[in-house]
Amino acid sequence: MLSLATADFQQADVDYGAILPMLIVFGGALIGVLVEGFAPRRARHSIQTAVSVLALAAAFFALAVVAQGHQGKTLAGSVVLDGPALFLQGALLLMALLSVLMMAEKFGGETPDAFTPMGATAPGSPQEAAATRLGLVTSEVLPLTLFSVGGMMLFTAAGDLLTMFVALEVLSLPLYILSGLARRRRLLSQEASLKYFLLGSFSSAFFLFGAALLYGYAGSVGFAEINKAITTATPQLENLLLPGILFVLVGVLFKVGAVPFHSWTPDVYQGAPSPVTGFMAACTKLAAFGALLRLAYVAFDADRWSWRPALIAVAALTMVLGAILTVTQTDVKRLLAYSAISHAGFILVGVLSFDRMGVAGVMFYLVAYGFSTIAAFAIISMVRAGGSEATQLSQWAGLGKREPFVAVLFAFLMMSMAGIPLTAGFTAKFAAFAPAVAHGDRAGAALVIIGVLASAVTAFVYFRVIVLMFFNDTDGDVSVLSPSIGMWTAIILATVVTIVLGVYPGPALDAADQLSQFLR
Amino acid sequence: MNTSFPWLTLIGLIPLIGSVVLFALPAGLADKAKQIALGFSLLALLATIGAWTQFNYGSGEQFQLTETHEWIPQFGVSYALGVDGIALSLIIMSAILVPVCILAAWHDVPEGGSREKQYFAWMLFLEVFMIGVFAARDVFLFYVFFEAMLIPVYFLIGSYGGPRRQYAAVKFLLFSLAGGLVMLVALIALYFHGPGGTDGFLVERLTGLQMSTTAERWMWVGFFIAFAIKAPLVPVHTWLPDAAEQSKPAVATLLVGVLDKIGTYGMIRFCLQMFPGASEWATPVVIILAVISVVYGALLAIGQTDLMRLISYTSISHFGFIVLGIFAVTKTSWSGSSLYMVNHGFSTAALFLIAGMLIARRGSSRILDFGGWQRVVPGLAGVFLIAGLSGLSLPGLAPFVSEIMVIVGSFSRHPIAAGIATVGVVLAALYILLTYQRMMTGPKPELAEGVRDITGREKAVVAPLIALLLVLGFFPKPALDLINPAVDKTLQIVGVSDPAAPAADGSAH
Repeated sequence: MLSLATADFQQADVDYGAILPMLIVFGGALIGVLVEGFAPRRARHSIQTAVSVLALAAAFFALAVVAQGHQGKTLAGSVVLDGPALFLQGALLLMALLSVLMMAEKFGGETPDAFTPMGATAPGSPQEAAATRLGLVTSEVLPLTLFSVGGMMLFTAAGDLLTMFVALEVLSLPLYILSGLARRRRLLSQEASLKYFLLGSFSSAFFLFGAALLYGYAGSVGFAEINKAITTATPQLENLLLPGILFVLVGVLFKVGAVPFHSWTPDVYQGAPSPVTGFMAACTKLAAFGALLRLAYVAFDADRWSWRPALIAVAALTMVLGAILTVTQTDVKRLLAYSAISHAGFILVGVLSFDRMGVAGVMFYLVAYGFSTIAAFAIISMVRAGGSEATQLSQWAGLGKREPFVAVLFAFLMMSMAGIPLTAGFTAKFAAFAPAVAHGDRAGAALVIIGVLASAVTAFVYFRVIVLMFFNDTDGDVSVLSPSIGMWTAIILATVVTIVLGVYPGPALDAADQLSQFLR
Repeated sequence: MNTSFPWLTLIGLIPLIGSVVLFALPAGLADKAKQIALGFSLLALLATIGAWTQFNYGSGEQFQLTETHEWIPQFGVSYALGVDGIALSLIIMSAILVPVCILAAWHDVPEGGSREKQYFAWMLFLEVFMIGVFAARDVFLFYVFFEAMLIPVYFLIGSYGGPRRQYAAVKFLLFSLAGGLVMLVALIALYFHGPGGTDGFLVERLTGLQMSTTAERWMWVGFFIAFAIKAPLVPVHTWLPDAAEQSKPAVATLLVGVLDKIGTYGMIRFCLQMFPGASEWATPVVIILAVISVVYGALLAIGQTDLMRLISYTSISHFGFIVLGIFAVTKTSWSGSSLYMVNHGFSTAALFLIAGMLIARRGSSRILDFGGWQRVVPGLAGVFLIAGLSGLSLPGLAPFVSEIMVIVGSFSRHPIAAGIATVGVVLAALYILLTYQRMMTGPKPELAEGVRDITGREKAVVAPLIALLLVLGFFPKPALDLINPAVDKTLQIVGVSDPAAPAADGSAH
């Protein structure tokens, strides 16, 4: 029995302009579900691809044209569309678009190449063979991706802990499924999926528990209210605050892939289908850092001095461990997974500057890293040996001699990740490190020194890959598939972005700078 | 004189276009790659001479031929070029060495085809950054060229070198990258100590800043480590012998003759000009390291069995002299060091390239595999002797002038260090003459097949180098006229005047 007095209940105002991009993405996902139910099997994949591409493009258009003019809080403060949200959502949509083009790739076959015909069958079972014979297609991956993208968009724009948690779940659940749908090495893929799901649930529980503690402390889940409650101290509840903040941060740091919450990353990156890995590495990381920025700069800002040391330790650990473990990898996908961990550490350094410049730097880093990592995983999905992906580093030996163009592209992306000047990676590192030196006092400078030393270590790894591709002799049975125009477009676009952000980063930096003010 | 014509951009643009042309060259034309590369490098040399004619020796400005454009205003970075006499002399040296090296590398990639095409394309690509690094007037731009340069060198060593080329290339890369990244931190910190703004990385904006002693010292250390690795100074020199041994002689020439100068040039331009206080604080340590480099490099050179390694150790010894002169901070020692940078470029080029010709004939770089070659290739032996004598600073050859200036200039401030460094001169005679004796004198060796003496192409490689060594040895005035105003200007910025001693007069020549 709800006994709510009518006067107490106020209907929330909805600014449809502000949430239009998210509505379009979710709408596209729902249409995708309908397509799955009613469209004939043969046409499904093409329709799904078209729906997803259109939905993402339309959402980006709506964001640029409509939502931009509707900045502010809406839905009673549970969605905040401010500068960082706009920037990150725009970047998300573009990167998701490229990822969708890669997921839809067939490599000349009948069905999308990366995904199993039927996720529910046991690997190697007669049912699986039958599904393959029947030509079944898991075309639901694209609507799932759209749901995930919608969740990510909400994650960066959430105005309270509850909305953020819902967004976290909406973005995570499709990813758990997507990770388990690899066509080849099914066991590895299913293991990745299960591991991701279990550890992800754990981290969600942490997040929820922290949110409950903070609600107990502040009497509200809204970020602005929590920050206000911190400034107007309530000593008897003080014990709830720090645990609450730390638990919530654990939940987000898990998604970021920061040490010591990183253990899922290598297994999931390796097991998931490569286009999904690229999508996760670029988009999930971006959304999670968007949420982390909002938590650190809006919700918990007033209590910064008590939780900052913990985040500093996490950042240092992430960079060092990520860099060192990268060195020992022998599998390309695991190598990039550990490199993703060390990149997360570099980005954390920018977060810890606690300055508007830091927000801009982090956002720029996320875009620069996102595009190059999507392209890198796309190229990985093209390099094959005996039908499946040749992810062993030794199999990449001499690739530069047989497939010079692809190898040059990959080498360039590696250089960007290593942070060589005139690539996006260098500009990004500068953008993230400079505010930490300027505003992060001694700890910031120390983190930057750790950061550059860790970059030198990871650079060694990236250059080892280049050495392998160009200076070593070829290994017989490895070949490179030639993808369709859609995937080529995506790879070339992502590479061009990596070049432009390195050589002429002015406009992008300007955009990040102008959109770096959080609405409190 | 501020011309509106972008001379420095032009000098860099020509090899850039050249390298793009070479990379894109269709396979049918691949056998013309070296001719095209030589053409572009000569064009760049022509442009450099053009820039030289526009350079005003009596200008009051620190930098001339300046160009300034916004590049990344958000970071305070501009595309700003400009040279003083020191930088211009190094650019001229680089522009001369590149065509010489290309000519020397004519048969470096015997299999031809696309590999040969890429080899020369990388060389031209490297020239772009060599010009850029000396011409940059913006600290960030300097850093970009400084780091981006590693890529062509890495491929030149790692793809075209000797049997242990990968190890050498990675070692080179890691040393340089580690140094460069430490410099990056100092660079960021420096910007925030400066006036900031959209052009806050310009050298002139960052000169004469007021900052706390601790901050200045930390930043100085950040820059110095990078330059000490590049120069290279003992104890961070170990990458150089490996890199020089494993790379082709032409690449080794560019590596030691040009790239290492960036370290010593950076010390003058950045360490001393921007952090004079910290430089003074660190001088005792640097002087000690420099003297150790002089003596230790020379001693190790004597002990080498590999010709290429030997030459690279002699360079470490010579770089010790240059650094000694720089940190003695007198007019004479600076003029000497600046001139030494140029002279050493030609002297080392001659040594490496002639050694390369000998190694190509013998098929081995071990000194003991030679012996009696004076009788086999008298012409080559002759020019090798001249190059060697320039390495030991024989009067009449260019390095003598600069070495004596460094020692005299340093003596007025650091007599003990200068005194010990003269041991290096004696040891130089030892390592050069012993090597010549082992390789060239003795009975004529029994060789399976006949060996050609110096060819026409090789004469064209060696002639300009020896001519330059002789000209600068007997008549260094043109070079000193170019360098001295820049030295005066920079000393004035650093705010150091010579100790009152009659010996310290740079106009002795």
